Amino acid sequence: MELREAIRVAFSMIRAHKLRAFFTILGTVVGVTFLIAVITLIKGMDAYMKEDFAGRIYGYNTVQLRRNSSGPSFGPPSEEERRMRRRRPRLTFEDAEWLRARMETPGILAISSMNNGQVQGPGGRTLENVTVNGASATYFQMRELELEEGRPYAEHEAVRGVPVAVIGREVADKLFDGRGALGRTVRIQGIPYQVIGVLEKQGTLFGFSLDNVVIAPARSPVNGFVNPYNVVDEISFKVPEASLIAPAMGEMEGLMRQRHRLRPLEPNSFELETAEASLGFWDKISRMMLVALPGLVGISLVVGAVVIMNIMLVSVSERTREIGVRKSLGARRRDILLQFLIESGTLSGVGGVLGILAGIGLAALVSAISPIPARVAPWSVGLGIFLGVGVGLAAGVYPAYKAAQLDPIEALRKE
Amino acid sequence: MTPSIAEVIRTVALQKHYQRGAELVRALRGVDLVIGRNEYVAIMGPSGSGKSTLMNLIGCLDTPTAGEYILNGQPVSGLDDDQLARIRNREIGFVFQTFNLLPRSTALENVELPLVYAGVARAERRERATRALQEVELGDRLGHRPNELSGGQRQRVAVARALVTHPSILLADEPTGNLDSRTSEEIMTLFGRLHAEGQTVIVVTHEPDIAEHAERVVVLRDGLIAEDRWQAGRRGSTDEARTPVLHEV
Repeated sequence: MELREAIRVAFSMIRAHKLRAFFTILGTVVGVTFLIAVITLIKGMDAYMKEDFAGRIYGYNTVQLRRNSSGPSFGPPSEEERRMRRRRPRLTFEDAEWLRARMETPGILAISSMNNGQVQGPGGRTLENVTVNGASATYFQMRELELEEGRPYAEHEAVRGVPVAVIGREVADKLFDGRGALGRTVRIQGIPYQVIGVLEKQGTLFGFSLDNVVIAPARSPVNGFVNPYNVVDEISFKVPEASLIAPAMGEMEGLMRQRHRLRPLEPNSFELETAEASLGFWDKISRMMLVALPGLVGISLVVGAVVIMNIMLVSVSERTREIGVRKSLGARRRDILLQFLIESGTLSGVGGVLGILAGIGLAALVSAISPIPARVAPWSVGLGIFLGVGVGLAAGVYPAYKAAQLDPIEALRKE
Repeated sequence: MTPSIAEVIRTVALQKHYQRGAELVRALRGVDLVIGRNEYVAIMGPSGSGKSTLMNLIGCLDTPTAGEYILNGQPVSGLDDDQLARIRNREIGFVFQTFNLLPRSTALENVELPLVYAGVARAERRERATRALQEVELGDRLGHRPNELSGGQRQRVAVARALVTHPSILLADEPTGNLDSRTSEEIMTLFGRLHAEGQTVIVVTHEPDIAEHAERVVVLRDGLIAEDRWQAGRRGSTDEARTPVLHEV
């Protein structure tokens, strides 16, 4: 019997018992749905992390020097770790200057310190929870920030701590109704800053707006808002190409150890981070999820297979007479075996296809209501179909074998 | 002792025993039967006489416990399941009391089924099945499903299915058992016509009315042939004075 004929019969069986077919393949559908949804979300996260997140948090080709790690970690730090973190010296403007003067690897050095707080506009308008960033003039260059209007502040303004500010799109919209912000003032802790530029729209990161921001010179009075006097959060060094990241990191480490007067075996009293390093953490999470996934999917597929096997056994028993007729007309054992195998493979394969659609739908839904993006991996679609058909074939072996072994006379006699 | 070329079926001391519980049932106790090409034979007998068992053996659905069965010159006693399936496909055309059409398939698909198992390509299958249905005057019912057809029409679809592979034997088991008398007559007329066209026809029945259409009646009793007679004046025959095929030369 040819494959096409068998598949046609399989589909006519599905049409004849739609509801039963649906319940039969529910396990497959759920398993594949889960598989596809998780892979799609992980892939989406992956693309997001690599394309957006790392670049926006750390900047590309950038080494970041901090007192303590800013990256995510597993669980709360231990008491010892906390003590160790507190003992570390804070980073200062002088550290940044000292480093800048000594770095031999080509690149730009920038400083930046952030705090969230209240920003006031004209007419008593107030915005809560604005990210206030005290940054050097090189920060704009380093983050490749483009301005929609106005200009970034210049080196000489930054050095002297002139109270000027570049504001994000959202701040401009909310405090100045989106126009005429240039030349006006925003107040942070009552201190006025003249708006000299508005950033282009940045979008969101994990649901947080990147446009709800005010950037002012690090040495301006904003320093007192974001940090204790003279302290900076991060000193970043951006190199022109990726191959220079490692040398820059090595050089910074050496210089900082010297600066902090560390003895050879003493651990670093600072953290050096790169986008790549933060991605390592994400890679660990995604790998963990991908390792746990087969177990979860496997359980529902095994349950699905048991259900399919039972329903196929019922089907064989109901269609005993049909099997007898087919045998009397010349069907060999292998014809009957293949027919039922293909039937259960097709049935479950349909479940796989439904699962793929449902999985993509679920992932789209999750990404619509949460900041997690979805990205369908073509290989996961192939895997879904493969698993769907595979589960059906595996579950169909025993029922199909029983069908093939039926004695034609007994089968024909059955009512 | 060379088998006649005109011989389709030869059984020699055919026996079939079953185990039913503790009891050994001797359904056939040594049947010697020769049926020639283009004969029209009715196999009769009361229930328990062994006629169903004989039909199953002739139809290659089962193998004998002892004895020989030669179908179309080929011994089939020792064949395995799949070899028997091939023989059934090529040599036997079954017609059942309950029609046994696949309910979800159209008339055409039902008739195509034996050709599917014979490995005939789709286009040829379609053409041959259509022709077979036209021969039983159902050329206008190709796309109908069994539940859209009358009993007589269903049985004619079954006959078309039986004949589509051009089998050596048309083997009918109580073919009119589920039909009213007028439709029964219609089916028996069809059998008569097929016989006249050269088909070997074997009908298993317990109804004398049906057996009357055959040119030869074999009566079984207690697993043995009790009677084997040629009847004159039967309906549906083309050759009144037919002589029986010589069984042995």
